[in-house]
Amino acid sequence: MKSEMIAKTIRDIPPSGIRKFFDIANEMKDAISLGVGEPDFDTPWHIREEGIYNLEKGKTVYTSNSGMMELRQEISTYLSRRFNISYNPGTQILVTVGASEAIDLALRALLNPGDEVLIPEPSYVSYKPCTIMAGGVPVTITTKAEDEFRLTPEQLEAHITDKTKVLILPYPNNPTGGIMEKEDLEKIANILRDKDILVISDEIYAELTYDREHVSIASIPGMYENTLVINGFSKAYAMTGWRLGYAAGPEELIAMMTKIHQYAIMCAPTTSQYAAVEALRNGDPDVAEMRNSFNRRRRVMVDGFRKMGMDCFEPLGAFYVFPSIEKTGMSSEEFCKKLLYEQKVAVVPGTAFGESGEGFIRCSYAYSIDNIKEALRRIEKFMEQYK
Amino acid sequence: MREEILEILEKNSRIETKDIAIMLNTTEEEIEKEIKQMEKEQIICGYNTLINWDKTQKDLVTALIEVKVTPQRGEGFDKIAERIYRFNEVKSVYLMSGGFDLTVIIEGRTMKEVALFVAQKLAPLEAVLSTATHFVLKKYKDHGIPFEEPHKDERMVVSP
Repeated sequence: MKSEMIAKTIRDIPPSGIRKFFDIANEMKDAISLGVGEPDFDTPWHIREEGIYNLEKGKTVYTSNSGMMELRQEISTYLSRRFNISYNPGTQILVTVGASEAIDLALRALLNPGDEVLIPEPSYVSYKPCTIMAGGVPVTITTKAEDEFRLTPEQLEAHITDKTKVLILPYPNNPTGGIMEKEDLEKIANILRDKDILVISDEIYAELTYDREHVSIASIPGMYENTLVINGFSKAYAMTGWRLGYAAGPEELIAMMTKIHQYAIMCAPTTSQYAAVEALRNGDPDVAEMRNSFNRRRRVMVDGFRKMGMDCFEPLGAFYVFPSIEKTGMSSEEFCKKLLYEQKVAVVPGTAFGESGEGFIRCSYAYSIDNIKEALRRIEKFMEQYK
Repeated sequence: MREEILEILEKNSRIETKDIAIMLNTTEEEIEKEIKQMEKEQIICGYNTLINWDKTQKDLVTALIEVKVTPQRGEGFDKIAERIYRFNEVKSVYLMSGGFDLTVIIEGRTMKEVALFVAQKLAPLEAVLSTATHFVLKKYKDHGIPFEEPHKDERMVVSP
């Protein structure tokens, strides 16, 4: 096959930067890793058991395109009880294959060629390519360590043009661990309120917000009508492999997204949907326990980096620490490769999450304390040559 | 704070005080003080190690004994429970609701040794009406820890 046969748009999209590093890291068999983007817990047993039980009962057929009504009802109850936002389970909620499908669907449903999508960076790897694949134009906004990687109203305003259609709001943020608090969101809302810009609020890490409560921009007055909330089960319930997420928002947008989902996917996995019902009904204690455990490890890691003299802002969400490596004089990629070869620790270069990630590394604390401490010891040893 | 310290220690009593301090965002002295105080108040009653003796050379049998007793006037079950728990062979004693009164957990080197203890020490006690001895054949999980091969991290080394 000639490579020209591949669609030009797709050929031009670079493969995920994280993939490149994965190939290198994977060769090192005895490396210890701080590189993952998923919890180290197994899915709580009662949730797994519910999946098994429904498999045994022969619940192995399609569900409705939007997802089981029972599940959508539970999602609706959950969103209202946790974040004070209310959605009609019949018309405003779509169950997807992971939050990542929801991001793709939303962009495809919204964008006309040339429409601009504002993407705060560093951020999750899929926003930009999904925008391009949907015919849109990604416009990145570089968030800064001194702002704790929050999106500031000044930055937002400076990037809005008459072509701006969508703002992606990726908080709590992967890879920085930054969050947006109520006051931050209100300032953003003040700018957006009289504009026709839709906010795609990716809140997949909402439950992993530490020492304060997550606030959804959809709950800020005047924002509900123009916000699509995306969330899922992967991070909160340690269910990454179940591939289950959802979108909640304006009826018409959900209807159009459902149309794409219906032709491309049909429905999210049935077993996962049954398990998710159990997660939402009885999973609160698990979430609290995991959050607590992550919070403790977060403190150990931040403390470790600071003690070795690295600039590291305190992340308040997700399970990543994003320290600066600028003073080593190396690029993020160089640093990560060298650290891997010399000390056998795998961390992810900040540049995997956008050019603005240059000068930073992403270290996940979804590991045992012993693993974290050993990794920190090795990084400290590595850093000694740059003192 | 106390409960958080206890939660951490319950899972890993070997953890260093300075690590607990970092985890709970406080000082080492503060943690030290709380632990000392809780030891004094007998909230922390000891620091045991969970051992799977089956994997060692040491012979050890565990038996769970259901004991029916006559409660004594003015003392209830406490007096007889104490007479039982004072034996070194007895590892745990619980007062139960339901069909019998006390669960007594005993460890010995052999089944015979345990059986003799029941026959010679436990059953003859005046307040003891009857006993039923159940030997433990295999421990699958103890104190929240499954006795199985360590869990391998199956996650990819790096993922987005």
